[in-house]
Amino acid sequence: MAAGAIISGVHGTRVGALPDSSCMSLHDAAARGAIADAGLSPGDIDGVICAYSLTEPHLMLASWFCEYFGLSPDVCYSIQAGGATGAVMLSQAAALIENKNCRHVLLVAGDNRLTGLSRDGAVAALAKVGHSQFEQPYGISIPAAYGLVAARYMHEYGLEPEHLAATAVALRAHASRNPDAHMSEPITVQDVMNSPLIAEPLHLLDCSLISDGGGAVVVSSPATQTDLPHRPIEIIGTGQGHTHEHIVAAPSLTDYGCKRSSSAAFEKAGIKPSDIDIAQIYDSFTITLVVELESMGFFERGEAGPAILNGALALDGVLPCNTHGGLLSHGHPGAAGGVFHIVEAVTQLRHTAGDRQAGSPELAFVHGDGGILSAHCSLVLARG
Amino acid sequence: MDRPLPKPTTETQPFWEGCAQGELRYQHCTRCDRGQFPPSSRCRSCHEDALEWRQSDKRGTIHSVTTVFRAPNAAFKKAAPYNIALIDLTEGFRLMTNIKNADPTEAAIGAPVRIVFEAVGGDIALPQAELDH
Repeated sequence: MAAGAIISGVHGTRVGALPDSSCMSLHDAAARGAIADAGLSPGDIDGVICAYSLTEPHLMLASWFCEYFGLSPDVCYSIQAGGATGAVMLSQAAALIENKNCRHVLLVAGDNRLTGLSRDGAVAALAKVGHSQFEQPYGISIPAAYGLVAARYMHEYGLEPEHLAATAVALRAHASRNPDAHMSEPITVQDVMNSPLIAEPLHLLDCSLISDGGGAVVVSSPATQTDLPHRPIEIIGTGQGHTHEHIVAAPSLTDYGCKRSSSAAFEKAGIKPSDIDIAQIYDSFTITLVVELESMGFFERGEAGPAILNGALALDGVLPCNTHGGLLSHGHPGAAGGVFHIVEAVTQLRHTAGDRQAGSPELAFVHGDGGILSAHCSLVLARG
Repeated sequence: MDRPLPKPTTETQPFWEGCAQGELRYQHCTRCDRGQFPPSSRCRSCHEDALEWRQSDKRGTIHSVTTVFRAPNAAFKKAAPYNIALIDLTEGFRLMTNIKNADPTEAAIGAPVRIVFEAVGGDIALPQAELDH
């Protein structure tokens, strides 16, 4: 299908511990980078979408960002869909372009949750997404909720701890080729299995990082593309699926909204999962990625784990995945973590990923999930 | 830091009042003939005003269970490692609890449990599970 919107610019800041950063300075750096990458000036931006921040839990983050940066756009708002936010921001930006509300929409997220809150502080803040009456009194944490998901998934589909560990190893191997990654030292399956248990069966290295960082994307009208410096990346399919927020209220511990969101995105794009060349899929935990790969049709149930052990997600594997290192190894600065999946998909589709370039991909799949596999948004992007 | 205690709301008040009396109450939709938890204003399936409160027999099985080694905050640090389970009650609704009488490694998916109540401060009696040995 002809794309109604294209990605013209992307930028990610450094990630990791950035003690000299603030929530807004990370937004600013990411936004300026993406606008420059698109060959535009700040005055060209007529739409702005922001996300949320743990260090600055402000009610109107997008308005504050525009004030800080110096923008007075025609459209401006924030979106909160947990880890799905980056993908939802992109699909909303595409809709604004397709409806001719805007010509150039900037979406930007950033958080200095590592140095601004400390790791303990961020873990405690994130645990508050647990139900205040029916989950938090039992000591729920996000890793514990995903531990419940993993335990049930292993029970039903024969997934083994080694399969989860291999997922972390595969993403670390990608991160070792990414000079910007928060964690780049290669690890082994044994390293993951020997790392401290956080919430059984999840070990420390099964859990994503807590990082400072920011990411931004400029989505533009295809009518502007002759003026743009980079080959346009087309947004050819989007879809969402939402079933619950709290794990206690999830309709299933094995079937989630990602099936619906990905089916919708594939259908709009007119393709099937096997047509996808590279994938950037939300990996808040190793189990998150395995469940999503199997739910969205990239692997049959019970087959992703063994395939990953055999190199399926590597640069030369059947589905190069999270080639920047993902949330597990590149970094997880909150909503910006989901934006980084988009930034990496665009970089791969431009064929400019350097040492980690996965061949010459034409079609990329991006997926974000928020909460405890609660809110899902899928995207299909094509090299224009 | 104190353990976070539930603050009952208008739709959950009957549940917590039941707990204080040793009763495990849940909402049942008389139209759909199904149990529902956590409590809502309406049935989440048919959206009708057809909910009534019923009493559970407090028996169920473990749908999933994890052992938490890294507590999310200071209130739970001393308790770690502790387990958290999702319990499927026989009446068709699901509850999160800790499992109080089990070694963390002893609780397994499918194991039968019964619900007991733990006084945790204030007027709150918190439903918890014990393995039904």
